[in-house]
Amino acid sequence: MKTGNDSPITPEVVAQHGLSPDEYQRLLDVLGRLPTFVELGVFSVMWSEHCSYKSSRIHLGRLPTKGPRVLIGPGENAGVVDLGDGYAACFKMESHNHPSYIEPYQGAATGVGGILRDVFTMGARPVALMDSLRFGRPEHPKTRALVRGVVAGIAGYGNCMGIPTVAGETRFDRSYDGNCLVNAFCCGVVPSDRIFLGTTGSPGNKVFYVGAGTGRDGIHGATMASTEFGEGSEEKRPTVQVGDPFQEKLLLEACLELMQGDAIVGIQDMGAAGLTSSSVEMAGRGGRGLLLRLDQVPMRETGMVPYELLLSESQERMLIVIEPGRESEVFAVFQKWDLSVAEIGEVTDDGVWRCTWHGEEVAAIPVAVLTDAAPKYDRPQQAPAPLPALPAIVDADPAARLPTLLADPDISDKQWIWRQYDHQVGTDTVIRPGADAAMVRIKGTAKHLAFVTDSNGRQVYLDPFVGTAGQVAECARNLACVGATPIGLSDCMNFGNPQKPEIMWQFSRSVDGMAEACRALDVPVISGNVSLYNETDGVAILPTPGLAMVGLYEGATPTVSAQFTEGLEVALLGQPGRGWLAGSVYARHFGFDRHGAPPPVDYATERALHDALRRLIAPGAAGAAIAVAHDLSEGGLLLALAECCMGGVGGAFDVANDAGALYGEDHGRALIAYAPQDRERVHALLEGVPSRVLGQTGGDALVVAGRSFAVTELRAVWERAFPAWLDGGTESP
Amino acid sequence: MSAALRSRVAVLTFPGSNCDADLRHAVALFGMEPVAVWHKESTLPNVDAVLLPGGFSYGDYLRCGAIARFSPIMAEVVRFAGRGAPVLGICNGFQILTECGLVPGVLLRNKALRFTCRDVNLRVQGQTTPFTRGLGGAALRLPVAHAEGNWFADAESLARIEGEGQVIFRYEGENPNGAIHDIAGVSNAAGNVVGLMPHPERYVEAALGGTDGCGVFRSLAAAIGGSAHTAATLEAGA
Repeated sequence: MKTGNDSPITPEVVAQHGLSPDEYQRLLDVLGRLPTFVELGVFSVMWSEHCSYKSSRIHLGRLPTKGPRVLIGPGENAGVVDLGDGYAACFKMESHNHPSYIEPYQGAATGVGGILRDVFTMGARPVALMDSLRFGRPEHPKTRALVRGVVAGIAGYGNCMGIPTVAGETRFDRSYDGNCLVNAFCCGVVPSDRIFLGTTGSPGNKVFYVGAGTGRDGIHGATMASTEFGEGSEEKRPTVQVGDPFQEKLLLEACLELMQGDAIVGIQDMGAAGLTSSSVEMAGRGGRGLLLRLDQVPMRETGMVPYELLLSESQERMLIVIEPGRESEVFAVFQKWDLSVAEIGEVTDDGVWRCTWHGEEVAAIPVAVLTDAAPKYDRPQQAPAPLPALPAIVDADPAARLPTLLADPDISDKQWIWRQYDHQVGTDTVIRPGADAAMVRIKGTAKHLAFVTDSNGRQVYLDPFVGTAGQVAECARNLACVGATPIGLSDCMNFGNPQKPEIMWQFSRSVDGMAEACRALDVPVISGNVSLYNETDGVAILPTPGLAMVGLYEGATPTVSAQFTEGLEVALLGQPGRGWLAGSVYARHFGFDRHGAPPPVDYATERALHDALRRLIAPGAAGAAIAVAHDLSEGGLLLALAECCMGGVGGAFDVANDAGALYGEDHGRALIAYAPQDRERVHALLEGVPSRVLGQTGGDALVVAGRSFAVTELRAVWERAFPAWLDGGTESP
Repeated sequence: MSAALRSRVAVLTFPGSNCDADLRHAVALFGMEPVAVWHKESTLPNVDAVLLPGGFSYGDYLRCGAIARFSPIMAEVVRFAGRGAPVLGICNGFQILTECGLVPGVLLRNKALRFTCRDVNLRVQGQTTPFTRGLGGAALRLPVAHAEGNWFADAESLARIEGEGQVIFRYEGENPNGAIHDIAGVSNAAGNVVGLMPHPERYVEAALGGTDGCGVFRSLAAAIGGSAHTAATLEAGA
């Protein structure tokens, strides 16, 4: 019987497996003998950047991961935060960048599939998805096809699964021309005493394989995702997995059904590095060994060998450990859902991860050698040369730029994207895409979860520490604008090649900025992932820590919106701002997008602002004090005002025709609007947070800085820009 | 009304259904008892109506609804419909009903070839059905979420369906999928089986953005003798 162990191991073969000569020597040292070919493949994936976090691990330890609500922090399939009253939220964000660039539809689809499995593996029913996307310049010849493919892939998977995609963000920059980013987030809700973990329990427990059969797709995907791209990357297409959301929907329902009982000891999804990684991680957490009879694995192709079975990244598969005697329960549930189910091994007491093929041993590696002995690097760091300062910008009439900025690819309306996502299935979405944050209720309770994803690679590039801290603050501010309190953060760290000291410096500084802001704003980091080597032909992406923050709101569903209605008074809350233009959308329009320093964050004023917003939105006896809340971020005050007018109602506002005042992107600010008779109540609830009345809503024009813009025209510009770019202006539903 | 006397409404679950829980939730809000029925069942429990939910039965593979129509329960649903009992298919449920011939027409890919999730304006018309009692002529705003909602029939069938009052829901203003004659929902000739693309179950609570779906469930509750006592409080936004 062919085992795949008959190929010789040469230096070239070692290099093809992504192991450096030093790492191969380390392998020989810890194993104490030559590996078999199968074992070399196993080391290749387990010691890959993707699985071992070998370059990032020592830095991630600096993030705050604990808090009174945190039930499970980083290290499991997803983090879990207590919501009280027996409920918990389970969430994580993960990247699928490299596969999505090579094969946009399947890459993005399986990114969604993977993050969904991470969440329902824990016993949680998924309730919301988000996506954070980065593409190259709109005029780059590949960008349109990537946008279409990625969006269709996310829609195809999420819609079929019946999980609403409730929020997201899409940005464009030349640094992503050859390396798009696709970060997918999922949150589920789980009873806080019914959380499932990827562990093994006692020796003698049975290992079950459930879900789809194993094919040859995705072999070495984790290794592929741990190298730079160059000429011929498209040839790596066979390393991209193919998704089947229908199978995953069945797998979701079957797993949750089996979880109603107590047959399961441990459960782990097969994601990157498939059967190898899932079984090794379970054994590692359980402190046990594992025996896998690979010939028992359900296969969907003929002639597969152990090497392929262990390294395949076929989707929609799970590994389940049960106590002996409970086998019939597993078979009953998975056969009901017409899914493959097979007993493929057992838990052992010798701490060795062992695989056999028709009785012949093909791999036997101590679990600790694959996990704890994996390399960890404190790679050299080097601050890059200082960036040029932002030059003085001469602009006689800054306000006149408003329509141009509304048509900016980053700013313009993204309905074209989110209308392709079912954002209402589940009948819990109470705040839909397009708002500061989305909100999903939990039926039968007064609890609501709020979701936001944000990242601003340009500001992180200017200063990784300050830029990342600013993003954390902005996420928290977005949540406050719908009345929610942050309860946790998931981070998806997208960076370039960590073997370059300047990239490693970016990463380390970004982690420190996130850590500082999370501590200051009481937001624990409970899950996340790291995606390095986002480079093509030696050019790195902007450092892009993708953040997904989750908030909790309890009470009657909030009535606040981000759209003006007639007859409201509008005020700007927070510090007046210094007219901070470096790192702004406005400065970018003059070609100055790699100039100056990003706006600093003042945590005390941020916290005071967020607390005030929550007080204003909480429904008191007479209802909420305010009708409108909207965060100031990209594009500053004028863009925020314009966005609030997109519902059709304009207003007249007293703002000077000054670039800093109109477009400055200082943190710590938000717009509110309220009925004039509520003015006293609003001011009492502000508790000292500075506010300045800007004007009144009403009419069909935005009158500001000495100019008057018809709201319908602003809206037309804002709405049409994105579909016009994609479809040549022939947007139809 | 005692629980034992509550009207019972079957909500089918096919592999890939994903609006079944939403539909059961909506049914319960209007005082009826939702009964989950698995597609492999070969008999229907004692129920007063059968609802086919939205979703992606069998992953929409081959053609939407084309495989689900062969599920064991469907033979029973066809018999149930033949007795004149109320049957409603929403979205993928509508697609399944067209595949098994309980309602006329077919559902093609949307004209724009993309999934679309948006609110649409509808007009209720045609013959009275168990799902549209008291709604004749009403304007409704309901969500759609589908990639294959482009209803089509040949000219002769279309003329007959129009003439017999079998067009029950018609898009007004924006047609989200290119459906011929702006048709959003149709009934069988007898009027007891209805299929529609929009999702009334998504707009039965003010917190979700609309209550225009309430009429459909209130109509069903009245038709089969259930209680609609909770509807007023829901519409008030409770």
